[in-house]
This record gives sequence, structure tokens and C-alpha cells, in this order.
Amino acid sequence: MIPELGFFALILSLLLALALMVIPAAGVFAGNALLMRAARPLAAGQLVMVSISLALLTAAFLADDFSVAIVAAQSNTLLPSVYKFTAVWGGHEGSMLLWVWVMALWTLAVATFSKRLPLDMVARVLAVMGALGVGFIAFLLFTSNPFARLLPNPPLDGADLNPLLQDPGMVIHPPMLYFGYVGFSVAFAFAIAALWGGRLDATWARWSRPWTTAAWIFLTLGIALGSWWAYYELGWGGWWFWDPVENASFMPWLAGTALMHSLAVTDKRGLFKSWTVLLAIFTFSLSLLGAFLVRSGVLTSVHSFAADPSRGLFILAFLGVVVGGSLTLYALRAPAVASRSDFSALSREMLLLVNNVLLLVATLTVLSGTLFPLLADALELGKYSVGPPYFNAVFIPLMAVLLAFLGVGINTQWKRSRGNELRRLVLPAAIASLAIGVIFPWAYGGAFHIGVVVTMVLAAWVVLATLADLRHKLRHARGWWQGLRRLAPAYHGMVIAHIGLAITVVGVGLTSVYSEEQDVRMVEGSHAELAGYQFLLTDLSVRQGPNFVAQRGTVEVSHNGRPVATLYPEKRSYHARPGQLMTEAGIDPGLFRDIFVALGEPLEGGEAWAVRLQHKPFVRWIWLGALVMSIGGLIAALDRRYRPARREAVDRADAQTGPRHPVVTSTPAEQH
Amino acid sequence: MHPVRRQRLFIVLLIIAGAGLAVGLASYALRENINLFYPPAEIAEGKAPVGKRIRAGGMVLAGSVQRQPESLTVRFVVTDYQAELPVEYTGILPDLFAEGEGVVATGVLTEDGVFQASEVLAKHDETYMPPEVQHALDRSAEQARP
Repeated sequence: MIPELGFFALILSLLLALALMVIPAAGVFAGNALLMRAARPLAAGQLVMVSISLALLTAAFLADDFSVAIVAAQSNTLLPSVYKFTAVWGGHEGSMLLWVWVMALWTLAVATFSKRLPLDMVARVLAVMGALGVGFIAFLLFTSNPFARLLPNPPLDGADLNPLLQDPGMVIHPPMLYFGYVGFSVAFAFAIAALWGGRLDATWARWSRPWTTAAWIFLTLGIALGSWWAYYELGWGGWWFWDPVENASFMPWLAGTALMHSLAVTDKRGLFKSWTVLLAIFTFSLSLLGAFLVRSGVLTSVHSFAADPSRGLFILAFLGVVVGGSLTLYALRAPAVASRSDFSALSREMLLLVNNVLLLVATLTVLSGTLFPLLADALELGKYSVGPPYFNAVFIPLMAVLLAFLGVGINTQWKRSRGNELRRLVLPAAIASLAIGVIFPWAYGGAFHIGVVVTMVLAAWVVLATLADLRHKLRHARGWWQGLRRLAPAYHGMVIAHIGLAITVVGVGLTSVYSEEQDVRMVEGSHAELAGYQFLLTDLSVRQGPNFVAQRGTVEVSHNGRPVATLYPEKRSYHARPGQLMTEAGIDPGLFRDIFVALGEPLEGGEAWAVRLQHKPFVRWIWLGALVMSIGGLIAALDRRYRPARREAVDRADAQTGPRHPVVTSTPAEQH
Repeated sequence: MHPVRRQRLFIVLLIIAGAGLAVGLASYALRENINLFYPPAEIAEGKAPVGKRIRAGGMVLAGSVQRQPESLTVRFVVTDYQAELPVEYTGILPDLFAEGEGVVATGVLTEDGVFQASEVLAKHDETYMPPEVQHALDRSAEQARP
């Protein structure tokens, strides 16, 4: 009975989403405020219904109700409770329900935090989000019902959750990603509402900035968590595989990063308006494309769910409606937007344009590498795969150029920068970062390495150029603390996020160059040595887990005779899935290096093991940088400036329009 | 030229240059770095190039997995039930590698007809089959029927 109630709640949420799509829109056309006001309660009702549905599905998992098909497929009586909870999104149907719930949550969040926006604008935004909700809920109901039953003969026990997913990282990775993916629907809805209302001025950009940043924060964290999970659970110490589904999350991230920067130009200067709208549409379309790639089963990937053509077709059709519809609207409305351009070749506008072009080019190269095998297959050219060499060859040079421009861009001013002043600002940073970059490989690795030089020059350049701009902004302040406090939170956020980016760059570059790995054959008492560390396999034993049995090795790691760590790598066999073995690596984490030991496979009937030993310097910096970027994003998103006041003209003078360029003291709203 | 127009022209050129860069980079790197998949039947017919990075795959033939003692080198045979291909690999095989299961390997075909794999991918859970292998098996089954 309970699962049927969940299904019923889902149907009600579809009806509420339909109402949310239609009623406020009708209000906008009729100029009826009462109908427009219906948007907020409808958004709340939709979230309540989807929440009930999700709660009832979770209850079915916790109660081991194996008459529900996905509970039988993804759970087991022996599964620990926390994983019964996360098993809800361990398969296609449940994770789609989570997606719908996240969509409803964002919709209500927009409804709640938009009290100060004009009513017709809120009605338009929520109607667009309601339409998206209709699409997602219909997809769930018609192609992927999570409450489907196995009656009249339900199995006695479930097939258990895929062991790869029985991991704390999996608890938060999918929700984070979904909050990111779906969050870009807010920027999309604002863009569509602005086109629809014909109010394509700077204000919509300002309203959507914190939302876009919030979605970007979630996506950043989601991708970083996924990478971290792959590192310790899946990939034998690899942290990025250019797997099509990783790319599916990375493309909206790149486009979303471009969007954040172009929104800044539209907000501050009222420029790039059409471009920003287009980018908002593009970013959300990439999120949908990601969903299509993952759900349709067209890819060879760790993330592939069981293939079902009707699902792929549905999402493809939905993608077509979203992209086609919004581009048509764009074509009809965008030419009406007056465009001004009064900035010189050396200005912040121009540098942000370069940022956008580079990020978009990077997105498109990743997109072509991801879609090429699908296209080749569809055109019967053969079964191709595009591997990491392609992505590294195109992506890394583009990012290097982007980082080089970043340091210049931060130090430029809106409208026009004077070349000699800019040179005076950034030259010390440039010289210092060159010095750091050239010295570092000698000091750390004892030998020259061009990859390390480039990595360290660029990372140091980003940090030092950012700090040069900060110092410049503080030059009139009485003390650095007072000066810092007077700068806008959005500026602090930007500084922190860029430093986070540099941290990630250091992690990626140094790990790639300095990692060492070795596969060795070990028996009890075997020694091995790697990167100055000694590894001793002292014991091989069997350990019983709650729903698995593990072969466990005990490895003593020491450095010059001094003990460093004792690691317990395991090979697990889960009772419900005896055919699927799981490698659980033993990792000694550290800020400057990880030591990673994994049991490969038994040799000679289990007397000996193939063991993989790895030494990975600076690998944690990859995820640490992502965390710092997210913190920067959070600080920027919370800036009060973005919360629209009734009188938009009275804006706090902020850091960007501070003493350095007194020309631009008016807000974009006044410039029109 | 009017300054606004000149600026627009400049922006358009910048975007075109960017798009050109993307296409150029992508097609150059694609030419170098894509790997075509060959089922064992096509390799047996001599359709696959020798000494070039390709992918091959099929089912691991039961009883064919041989480990060399004292090293991590392993030999096995993959089949699409039409032809067989010997594969040699040094290193740790994925968790789900097993006889009678589907695999896809990336590597180089040598003169003597042995596939030197540098990477072996197995399926990711018990019910999943790599699409290439499924396709090769389907085709092989079709050819066997008449």
C-alpha cells in the first residue's frame, strides 16, 4: 500500500507542476496578479508531494520491502542501514526521483528568496521551472517508475547494492552533483524569463548571479567528491579518467564557470547581454545532455545504468524541446536588445571575453571527444573510443593559456586599463612566479621537468597576480585588516576561488609528474621499496564484514627504518554478489603525499598476491583546491549586493568600483 | 570604420578564432588518439592493423587464463565464438575479470598475432556487458544462424 501512496504523491506533484507551468503564465498574459501569486504556493505543494514520494521510497528501502522492484535490485537485508538509505539513489529510478526532488527544492528556493523581485518576473521564472518539473516528473512516471512492484511473488532477499556504491563518498556525491546540474536550471529560467518579458537588462543578470554561483558550488563539490571516490574506491589511485560521464559533469561546470564570469560583465557593465543569455541556455542544455548520456545507456562507462531506449528517447526529445524552444525564443527576442560596446582592447571586459572564449573552446573540445564515438557509431564508421591522450592534448594547453590570462585579467579595470600601469602591477608577480616555477623542480625533485615548471609558474602566477591586485586595492587603507573589511564579500570570494584554482592546478600537475607506482608479487614477509618507502607485508588474513568477507593484508610502511603507517588493504567478496570482487585500498593520506596499497589478485591459490604500491605526491591538493574554490563561491554568493533591494540605484559602492577607477561609480541600472 | 562596429568585428573575429582553435585542436588530437574496436573475427581476417593502438574484446575463453609464475604476466584468449585472439597483459587485472565474461582491452597487435594489452577493462557489475562486446557477439550469432 505504501509504495502506491508514493506513486500517487508523484502523480499529484506532476499535476501541481503542470499548474505551476500554466497558472502563473496565464497570469502574466492576462495581467492578473492573483494568478501570478499562485506560483509560490504551487511550488511549495510540488516540493511537499515529491518529498512524500521520496520519503515513502526511503521507507520501503529501510523496511526491506522486496516487493518493490528497485529495493529488490539494490538492497539486501544484510546491507548496513546507512547504505539502505543511500541505496535509494543507487540505481536509475531512485536517482531520478532524487533529481526531481532537487528540482522541486530549487523551485521552492527561488520562490522563497525572490520576494523582492517584481511579481511578473517571479511568475515567469517559476513557470519556466514548473515546465522543467513537468518534463522530469513525466520522465519518471512514464519511463522509470521507482515504485514498480514484483507481485505476486516478491523475492525473499534483495540482490544487494552494487559494492562499488557501498561507500561514504557515495552518500553525498550524487546529491551534490544533482544540486549542481539542476541548479543551473535557475539561471536558465531567469534567462528565459528575461527574454520572455523583454527585460533583457542588467537586473536579471544580477538576480541570477547568486543562483548560478550556488549551482556552481554544488557541481564543483560533486565533481571533486566523485574524483576522490574514484581515487580510493574504483580507480587504483586514478583521480580522473575522462570517462564520458565524468565529462558529462565537467562540461556544464566549464560552461557554468564561463557563465559566472559573463554574468559579472552583464551585471556590472550591462554588456554581453545576448551572449550571457545564450550561455545560460547552453549551460543548462549541457546538464540535460549529461543526463541523456548517463541514462540512455549509450556509453561504455562505470556510470552506465541498464540500457532502455525509451528513456534515452524521452530525454533526447526533452533536450530538443528545451534547446529548440529556448533558441527560438532567443532568435525572436535577442535582436531587440540594444548592444553597446564602449570598452577598449585592454580592459576587464575584453579579458573576461577571452576567459569565456577559452572556457567555451575547452567545453566544445571535451564535447566533441565525448560525442565522437557516438556519432561514429551512429554513422556506422566503426566502434571508436576516445581516450585520455586526446583530452589531455586539447584541454591542458587551453587551461594553461586561460591561467596566463587570468592573472592579467584580475589586474585590469573596467572600460580601459592603461598598459604601463598594468605592467607596473603585474611585472613583479610575473618575475616571481617564473623564479618559483624554475626553482621548484630542482628543489623538490632534484631535476628539471618542463611540466612541473609550467605548472608551478602558472599556479604561482595566479596566486601572486591575485595578491598584487589585492595589495593595490588596499594601498589607501590605514591597516590591512580595515582595508580587507571594506572590500566587498564578492571580491573576497573571487580571490579565494582563484587561489583554490591554483591549488588544484598544483595538485593535478605535481601528481601527474611525480606519482610512482609498482605492481609487485608479495607473500607474507615480502619486502618492497618505492619512492624511498619500505613496504613489508606482515600478514594475510580473513575478515568478516556485515555483508561481505574480506581477504586482508597488513602492510607496514616505513621510511629509512622509521615506521610511517600500517595499512590494511582488502579484497572483498559480497555475499549477495559473489561474482563481484571489490578492492578496498589501504591509504596513508598526507598533505604532501599519499601512500596507497591495493591488493590486486591472488596468485598461486592465494599464497601470494599481486599488490599495487603507489606514492602520490600532492594528490590531496586536487580536492583541497576544489573545496577552497567552493568556499570562495559561497562567500561571493552571500554578498548582500546580489539580494535585490527595492531601489536598485542605491547600491553599496563595492570593491570593483572603488578608488581605483572612480569613473564608474554609477550602477548598470543607471547607465541605461 | 565606426568604433562600435570595429569592436564588434573584433569580438566576432575573436570568437571565430576560438571556434577555429577548438576545431583544429580537436581534429588534430582526434586523429592521433582514437582507438578503433575490432572483434576477434575481424582480426583473424587480417582487417586490423599491426603495431597500431587499437581495442579488441570479446568473451574470455574458459580455461584459457595462464599466469606466468613469479611475475604478473598473464595470457588469456578472447573469443566472439567465430575466432580466437590470444592476449598478453602484465599487471593487475580488474576485479570483475573472469573466464566466460566480457572484456575490452586496449593495446597493440604484434606480428605473431598476439594482442599486447596495456589496459584491460571488464564490466562494472555482474549484469553489465560492454556494448562493443555485445555487438560483436550479436553479429557473430547472426552469422552463425544461416
